[in-house]
Amino acid sequence: MTARVGVVTFPGSLDDGDAARAVRLAGGDAVRLWHNDSDLQGVDAVVLPGGFSYGDYLRCGAIARFAPMMESIVAAARDGLPVLGICNGFQILCEAHLLPGALTRNQHLHFRNRDQLLRVESIDTAFTNSFSAGQEVLIPVKNGEGCYVADERTLDELEATGRVVARYLGGNPNGSQRDIAAITNEAGNVVGIMPHPEHAVEALTGPSLDGLGFFTSILKHLAGAPA
Amino acid sequence: MTTQPDTASSESTDMTNPEAGEAANGGLGPASVDGMSAVADSAADPRDDFAVDDYATGPDTVERASATPGELQPYPELGLRDDEYERIRQLLGRRPTQSELAMYSIMWSEHCSYKSSKVHLRQFGEKAPASDRLLAGIGENAGVIQVSDTLAVTFKIESHNHPSFVEPYQGAATGVGGIVRDILAMGARPVAVMDALRFGAADHEDTARVLPGVVAGVGGYGNSLGLPNIGGELVFDPCCQGNPLVNALCVGVLPVDRLQNKAAAGAGNVVVLMGAKTGRDGIGGVSVLASATFDDASEQRRPAVQVGDPFTEKLLIEACLELYDAGLVVGIQDLGGAGLTCALTETAAAAGTGMRVWLERVPLREPSMEPHEILASESQERMLLIVAPDKLDAVLKTADKWGVIATAIGEVTAAQADGEPGRLLITWRDQTVVDVPPASLADDGPVYARPMREPADLILLQADRAETLPRPSTPEALRETVLRMIASPNLCDKTWVTEQYDRYVLGNTVLAQPEDAGIIRIDEESGLGVALSVDGNGRYARLDPYNGAKLALAESYRNVAVTGAQPVAVTNCLNFGSPEDPAVMWQFAEAVRGLADGCAELGIPVSGGNVSFYNQTGAAAIHPTPVVGVLGLLDDVAQRVPMGFAPPATPDGDLIFLLGETRLELSGSEWASVTHDHLGGVPPRVDLVREQVLARVIADAAGAGHVTAAHDLSDGGLAQTLVESCLRRGVGAQITVPEEFTNGSMPFVYLFSESAGRAIVVVPRAHEDAFAALCGQYELPATLIGVTDATNATLEVVDQFTLGLDELRTAFTSTLPRLFGGTATDPAADAHAPAQAGVPAAAAVSSQAEPAGAAEPSDGADSVANDNG
Repeated sequence: MTARVGVVTFPGSLDDGDAARAVRLAGGDAVRLWHNDSDLQGVDAVVLPGGFSYGDYLRCGAIARFAPMMESIVAAARDGLPVLGICNGFQILCEAHLLPGALTRNQHLHFRNRDQLLRVESIDTAFTNSFSAGQEVLIPVKNGEGCYVADERTLDELEATGRVVARYLGGNPNGSQRDIAAITNEAGNVVGIMPHPEHAVEALTGPSLDGLGFFTSILKHLAGAPA
Repeated sequence: MTTQPDTASSESTDMTNPEAGEAANGGLGPASVDGMSAVADSAADPRDDFAVDDYATGPDTVERASATPGELQPYPELGLRDDEYERIRQLLGRRPTQSELAMYSIMWSEHCSYKSSKVHLRQFGEKAPASDRLLAGIGENAGVIQVSDTLAVTFKIESHNHPSFVEPYQGAATGVGGIVRDILAMGARPVAVMDALRFGAADHEDTARVLPGVVAGVGGYGNSLGLPNIGGELVFDPCCQGNPLVNALCVGVLPVDRLQNKAAAGAGNVVVLMGAKTGRDGIGGVSVLASATFDDASEQRRPAVQVGDPFTEKLLIEACLELYDAGLVVGIQDLGGAGLTCALTETAAAAGTGMRVWLERVPLREPSMEPHEILASESQERMLLIVAPDKLDAVLKTADKWGVIATAIGEVTAAQADGEPGRLLITWRDQTVVDVPPASLADDGPVYARPMREPADLILLQADRAETLPRPSTPEALRETVLRMIASPNLCDKTWVTEQYDRYVLGNTVLAQPEDAGIIRIDEESGLGVALSVDGNGRYARLDPYNGAKLALAESYRNVAVTGAQPVAVTNCLNFGSPEDPAVMWQFAEAVRGLADGCAELGIPVSGGNVSFYNQTGAAAIHPTPVVGVLGLLDDVAQRVPMGFAPPATPDGDLIFLLGETRLELSGSEWASVTHDHLGGVPPRVDLVREQVLARVIADAAGAGHVTAAHDLSDGGLAQTLVESCLRRGVGAQITVPEEFTNGSMPFVYLFSESAGRAIVVVPRAHEDAFAALCGQYELPATLIGVTDATNATLEVVDQFTLGLDELRTAFTSTLPRLFGGTATDPAADAHAPAQAGVPAAAAVSSQAEPAGAAEPSDGADSVANDNG
């Protein structure tokens, strides 16, 4: 049975089609979920895509967390549903308190889009188990508010418990504390990542194929998960 | 070329300014206006001792207008001439109401009526080559080109120059928003944007004010819409100080059977306004903001610039596409410049119908707005839909799903019994404020054949040739010239700008800046794609507007062709000074003639475009700047040819050929400008047949797998092209200058001449014979000039110089970060701290240089922009 991966569309989501394409290229079935519904349609995992949900005129993700679909996702995530938040999705996961910390305005105050080298720091999550520990990957980053911040204790704890999933290499594009590009929750089923793995899944359109690993990991995770 | 429904309040103006009187005397062409008695009898009527604005008793109605024929109206302030005002009175058989006057002043403005350009733009249609691809052309919101049995592409470029000067962020943002709605109105999903930007001198303080805001605005709006920005131009020229040029292009894709039109057909159909509420922003954009050339008061015109809300536009896009797919709309028109006035009159005029509108139903941001303000508002993110009554509920439901407001504000009414077109009747709380024939606004505006005269200084300018300037003639001087040129603002790396744009969203970007053309895959199954480039060269056009326009076309065509794509259609944005200046009008006429002739020679039609006049501050007009966009097709984007040298297949390197001929052509060149502050002579020769041959050879070679890279030669010549191709992927090259270019300053000429019709291509070994045969077959000169070199990270020109790629990269990438903050190479740097890195290379080089003009950046340190606010 093919894994069914939900991709949520909020008003203002932009990379939802790209996320769905990445799921398909990884071998899964992409199921489109609408922000205003609450039925998860029995999906095996969820991707919250990039974009500017509800315009993000307030804090990024601050309104999206109240969407009916998010209420379902938060409940399911607590029960172990794998959830990947990319960019705006990461911001929403922080606002929804599924992940600690917050994403703030880039230190240099510009939107920045570049091909970014990352080091995968943790392969014990539902979205990174296809990588090798310490693997370096090239993934586009593009954001205006991608500067990850948290209090020192939280940062220490994230590092101590292996919950920093990826760090920026060769230059920090937004000023994130401790070069953090991606983190996970304690259970490892919820991952937030600022760069865009869904933009590195085809040789023709991306800087690499490294992004595919995040999506094949879901399938691997589900295959290994207890029935 | 009728109205230009979008880009709120761009350019153009009428003759509100005092100087207009002078121009009006001589400026009135024979074809223009009939009756000339200004403001007939106005002072005679004793009832009219008050100004229109003084009404305490509600709006100015048709009834009142009929009863007070002699009332003084402020038409000159709204940009209407005496004779134009008189013609309105004749059309209506009475004086216009306040609302009607506002509508005529907007629709008869240069911006909407094209009254000065119309007589010239006709050539685009008259000279157009036959094309069975063109599904919609000039006069529509955007041209539509069929690209397969089922798919069509629509694209257009438009200016938002004046608003971007007054309020850089919002001006540029709404420029993007406006062109996107044009594309949307054709039934297409917008899939990419590009921007052609021109500013004053890079180190001028006003550039530091305007550029960061414009770039952030283009990015802020496009990024929020989820549209990849795939290319464009960034040019600095002192002539754009105080008058930046912000031209935005959008391309969209539609199934052929989803093509929409704007006609408000079918009496009884409902007129629906969808999108943002209507506010006071942008009022008078076309007639006040753009109503004069620039002056110190421009800052005070900020309220005439619209404010953009990309989130609402994103929802509007999704809602419209859903309505199209469900077949729920009869007609659709976007609202932009001239707002509701333009949309109502154009949709009705296109169908010959009338319209009845209840203006108080328009949702307002500001409840105190008066009828004429509602009609003139240029609030963004609005569309006008014509909907059959039985589909209205479904339309409203779709709008609700996407969270956009949709309101029935009127209905389509029948043509008159005698067969005459219907009338546009607008009421405000049961009072009739407008009763006009729609076509009198939309189609029947004034048309002027303005006087033209070759600029008096042109002969002297052309005689002052750059080929006579002192040229570097030693290897050392040549080496330093290379470093200086690649660090100059127009030739340097543009990453500082382009990394503020999302180029990945939608996942179909195959090539984006800095490549020669942007390429978007439009069919994931077949790999069908489109290539796009926009190019212009104001210096060339200043020296020779006819050939300058052709050169812009040639460069854009070539940029598309070197990717392996087949060019199929043209859009253009014509940026000029005041049409009331006969010299500017001559430049305009020549440029249009050149572009129309060029398109005819190349066999590709102009599918749409935009005119921007009044680009001048005081008496100084900008260089005439036709910006040309060319659309090309690739059957399979996997065949695209990138610009960067790839790591060679064999240790002895791949072969680099220069296609075309290099002549001593330096006039108007980047080199003459940078090192001598010189503009004179005649621009490079343009040979469009050669351009076609070049395109054909590269397409054939790409299809046969003979080339792994191709890069066009233009500004900065061969040296620039080689540096860009080396740095793209960090692969070096070893170049040998041909025998006949080895003496004296001839190596310099070979490296920096800007002869047109040239490109370099990289041919893997074992393909060279086949490739040479192909060139021979088309009689295209091809010179083997060197090899790629993966082992040495250098660019070597044998017997001249060797430059490390690191040194080249430092010089190439440091300039914009130095000028505008941050660094391109160190992502961690904080833009707050004025950057210093990289200055050494550039500074060292510029201190060297030859005679050197006074234009040399002298206060770079002071002008570092830290405008992050």
